Amino acid sequence: MICAKVYTPIDYLPIMIQSFVVLGFVVTTMIATHMLGPKRNTKQKLENFECGIEGMGNARSPFSVKYFVIAILFVLFDVEVIFLYPWAVNFKELGIQGFVGVVSFSALLLSGFGYLMLKGAFDWEK
Amino acid sequence: MDFNIYDFTSFTTWVHNALTSSMSPGWAMFVELAIVGVVFIAFYAVIGLYLVYAERKVCALIQNRKGPNRVGPFGLLQTIADLFKLLMKELIYIKNADKFLFNLAPFIVIIASFMAIAALPFAKGLHAIDLNIGIFYLFAVSSLGVIGILLAGWSSNSKYSLIGAIRSGAQVVSYELSVGLALLSIVIFSGSMQLSTIVESQANGWWIIKGHIPAIISFLIFLVASTAETNRGPFDLAEAESELTAGFHTEYSGIKFAFFFLAEYMNMFIVAAIAATVFLGGWMPFHIPGLDGMNHVMDYIPPFVWFMGKTAFIIFIMMWFKWTFPRLRIDQLLKLEWKYLLPLNLMNIVLIAFIVLMGWYIK
Repeated sequence: MICAKVYTPIDYLPIMIQSFVVLGFVVTTMIATHMLGPKRNTKQKLENFECGIEGMGNARSPFSVKYFVIAILFVLFDVEVIFLYPWAVNFKELGIQGFVGVVSFSALLLSGFGYLMLKGAFDWEK
Repeated sequence: MDFNIYDFTSFTTWVHNALTSSMSPGWAMFVELAIVGVVFIAFYAVIGLYLVYAERKVCALIQNRKGPNRVGPFGLLQTIADLFKLLMKELIYIKNADKFLFNLAPFIVIIASFMAIAALPFAKGLHAIDLNIGIFYLFAVSSLGVIGILLAGWSSNSKYSLIGAIRSGAQVVSYELSVGLALLSIVIFSGSMQLSTIVESQANGWWIIKGHIPAIISFLIFLVASTAETNRGPFDLAEAESELTAGFHTEYSGIKFAFFFLAEYMNMFIVAAIAATVFLGGWMPFHIPGLDGMNHVMDYIPPFVWFMGKTAFIIFIMMWFKWTFPRLRIDQLLKLEWKYLLPLNLMNIVLIAFIVLMGWYIK
């Protein structure tokens, strides 16, 4: 299928101009709130929030590696989803060939997925 | 001027012609887009504020209370009063924060939700831009907001914020897969990613009806996944107030906090609008083939009202979720996505491909 109109970067100009308008709105609001609001800084006020006790240590500390694993799996699977979009647009023209293609693609994807599941990548605690 | 509430094409052409006749085409386009931008800001503010009001009223309804009812009739001016109060508050820059990123985060969150709203078709001929990759564009920009959340959480240098942000990051990226695959199913049915084409293809029935059971499965998956993607209850782990104070925006005060709050509600509006456009026919009226009398009555209701009505319905369901289900744990949340929704979604895609191939759907 041939697209009726080929989009060039200039067609995205409306979105860019809108972003600038919004940027202007946010900046104006920030300036307004700076002028309206009080500025009384005390030592305690500039501390991090803690429920009535002294804050301890720095928040720049290591966190669970599981979040990192999730992020990597996301990159893998999100690329697959993006690959499926052009296929979906042209599916009606591709017919049976396209169907065989997507079944084999999904089968490969699901077997990899099954391997990950057996390896315990989706279990939070083992 | 020919103003027609059922078709905005003539109105937008009239505005365009009026502007081009009085100035050069480049300036006319610029002024036009600036007008659209200002209209969207007004729309954004009104919708954002009244969604907060709606949420408080729905919450009150479910918890058998009255909700806001003092400021203005039925408390309608309550959230506007709240906005002015937040505008008058002090902005606190905490000592250990990374100043630049701390200030940047609300900008990213707001701009990301604004970029998505530009592509939504509100009525026939009423959209800022009608891209040929509409769905793909929405899918892309609706996930930009998580960058703002991660920046907010990390730059605050607070443990509550950091935990909220990394939880939110893991949650949003996981559920994005399901959102993408659920939208993909309708792209297979309609054969186009352009939102106006998808809406036009639903003139004889909405995809949720025409697509039979697989489309309903896709719709339900989209509903769950988009609730999680916008960090709303029961998936609001990023700001679980009983354990993390307020999650990623713990250290924000005044209008910056209001921006996060506004963006959260706007994201809810955006995902509800996407669901309404893709599954429930967008601005198309509800038609039953054969019942001409009823179809004519339905045609009298303006498309904009149809669009907002469907969106409001989905928003109500999402609020209902929030106030009736208990919050999930992070391991339950990720298990739901990776072990149940994702395999189900992939099999559903294959099923839909088979149905489209055999032509077993209403064309």
